[in-house]
Amino acid sequence: MSILVDQTTRLVVQGLTGREGTFHALACREYGTRVVAGVTPGKGGLVHEGIPVFDTVAAAVAREGANASIIFVPPAAAADAILEAADAGIGVVVCVTEGIPTLDMVRTQRALQGRPVRLIGPNCPGLISPGKAKVGIMPARIHRPGRVGVVSRSGTLTYEAVGQLTERGIGQSTCLGIGGDPIIGTTFVDALRLFQADTETDAILMIGEIGGTAEEEAAAFVRASVTKPVIGFICGQTAPPGRRMGHAGAIISGGSGTAAEKMAAMRRAGIVVVKSPAEMGKAVERALSSRPHVPDRAARPHAPTGSRSVRPAAPSTGPARKGNRPAGTAGRMRRTGRRRSSRGPKGRV
Amino acid sequence: MKIHEYQAKAILAEAGVPIPRGRVAASPAEVKAVAQELGGPVVVKAQIHAGGRGKGGGVKPAPTPEEAEQVASQILGMMLRTHQTGPEGQRVKRVLVEEAMAIGRELYLGIVIDRVAGLPVCMASAAGGMDIEEVARTRPDAIVKVHVDPATGIRGFHARKLAFGLGLHGDQVRAAADFVTRLYAAFEAKDCSLAEINPLVVTDGGRLLALDAKMNFDDNALFRHPEVLALRDLDEESPLEVEASKYGLNYIKLDGNVGCMVNGAGLAMATMDIIKLAGGEPANFLDVGGGASAEQIESAFRILVSDARVKAVLINIFGGILRCDRLAEGVIRAVRSLKVALPIVIRMEGTNVELGQQMLRESGLNFIAARGMRDAAAKAVRAATAA
Repeated sequence: MSILVDQTTRLVVQGLTGREGTFHALACREYGTRVVAGVTPGKGGLVHEGIPVFDTVAAAVAREGANASIIFVPPAAAADAILEAADAGIGVVVCVTEGIPTLDMVRTQRALQGRPVRLIGPNCPGLISPGKAKVGIMPARIHRPGRVGVVSRSGTLTYEAVGQLTERGIGQSTCLGIGGDPIIGTTFVDALRLFQADTETDAILMIGEIGGTAEEEAAAFVRASVTKPVIGFICGQTAPPGRRMGHAGAIISGGSGTAAEKMAAMRRAGIVVVKSPAEMGKAVERALSSRPHVPDRAARPHAPTGSRSVRPAAPSTGPARKGNRPAGTAGRMRRTGRRRSSRGPKGRV
Repeated sequence: MKIHEYQAKAILAEAGVPIPRGRVAASPAEVKAVAQELGGPVVVKAQIHAGGRGKGGGVKPAPTPEEAEQVASQILGMMLRTHQTGPEGQRVKRVLVEEAMAIGRELYLGIVIDRVAGLPVCMASAAGGMDIEEVARTRPDAIVKVHVDPATGIRGFHARKLAFGLGLHGDQVRAAADFVTRLYAAFEAKDCSLAEINPLVVTDGGRLLALDAKMNFDDNALFRHPEVLALRDLDEESPLEVEASKYGLNYIKLDGNVGCMVNGAGLAMATMDIIKLAGGEPANFLDVGGGASAEQIESAFRILVSDARVKAVLINIFGGILRCDRLAEGVIRAVRSLKVALPIVIRMEGTNVELGQQMLRESGLNFIAARGMRDAAAKAVRAATAA
């Protein structure tokens, strides 16, 4: 199933005619994503690299049925681009742009509340459902279709993690970069909820970093509502306090937001936390192979016991439909172990 | 971006926030003149970005202009050490000379962005003049918080809630509400990441004044605030960091001896972490970004090795947008032109990696190739220790 993007995604590229927009739109199309339109105000009517260009997102939706957008416009105009996409009824909006003023994002977030739109980013690499669709700037060839969900605040560190998984023959259902800014659309909690509900995701790798409390919130959510194995890593264990480590959101302020706090909170929630970034792939592999023997999370220390309902056997997750995959990927699909009947998705009932 | 207290107070004054009378000065004679002009006892305050100036001896009272001149001659030019400056301290080049006053109460008022709520939050506390983070830890109830939706801006009830939270009564409630409203307006108008008045004082006469002021700004919004950008004081920043920022590089100097160059902030932090796990200490954080050019790579390398402490370099690139051949080109060029003799461990992955590795091999230079992050860190730490 994967999450958020797949073969049904019809992508509009906001800022298509710019250098970055063109480069990545073509890479997404080459991967098999249906790139149906571009938007550059004033250039409506052009056809750029075979992609029709519109003046507005609304026109791209009306004429080409776009349902997802990826934004490559400069920081000063990016918040506007997000709002335009939401206004046009786009369901999934991915904002790659780095450097949007925080207060612009505060206002944008408020405006998006209550609307049927999911924002991913800003300042993120986007997402990919291997073998189905790529809506992002990640190098496609390191991915492989499979059953591990990856969610991360970082770009290249996600590639590193995915590289480690693929090297071990572990494929991914969806890899999602949620962005390095202090104010972002989709959070760890949102992503965990989606992966938990996704029948084609067996385990989740979560990569956090210093700053804020998103990882602590994710840990609380995992403890309460995630039954699939979660493996975690936090970067910035050696970062000095008070310094912004590249990402606008990566800062230990007032002694809070440290890696140690986050790792401890995640461990308490039953997440397998690795200290070394070189161990991410191995830890996922171990979690997958030992799954049939792992005691139920309800029996682990600290886990809530009362609220954990046991559902009947989860629906069988058969091999993915071959027809929708690019040639050569379906055969490499790896079944990453059978779901244990006692640990079906918990479901928010 | 950070600015000095006197600069923050100028912004506050413009926004109508009451501040003590005073002026900045750069020489003892100038300090004396300002003190004479103010007439009466003054306080001489060192202007550096770091906090904790008072404890470090950078804030002194002076009852007369002559004494003001004398304390200024001690403070100006001194290397002021506080808990925020590091052991070498920061040189004081300017002082703020302000009227001294009898203080009745010390309060706290601050505005930051609450990342969880996704909104600005105003915080008020009657426990002013103290480390507010300490108050937050030990007595969270002593802080009143009010979130403000920028769609409505700060409203009367927000301001009153904060004013009552400060434990004020009568006319002072109105004055405090006005104070908060104006401070919030400045916060939003200037795209601050922090606006903090600690302490906000109630004078013996019952007036409210911003006795100290700290303002930080959202770096991402500086493009629309040239007047704020003009307040940047490069003397307060590490020279290497200033140099790096000219090339759009993200560099932060640290204390170790393994220099590292990485693409992407997360991977750069993770590289520092794995150096530590391998028994070494990172010399810096350096993110060359997603689409670095060969020129940027060369500049990054130059900055990296100009830190005398660096004994080995670890380059860790997971090329997506950044192609490995381009990286190799930049590194080879930099090593040749800078005649770098340090051991250089290179770990590359991603787009055009074979071509990049071939270029490194054929360069005739002595690079140490690594496979994977763990191998790279181990080799770099070993090389730094042997050097």
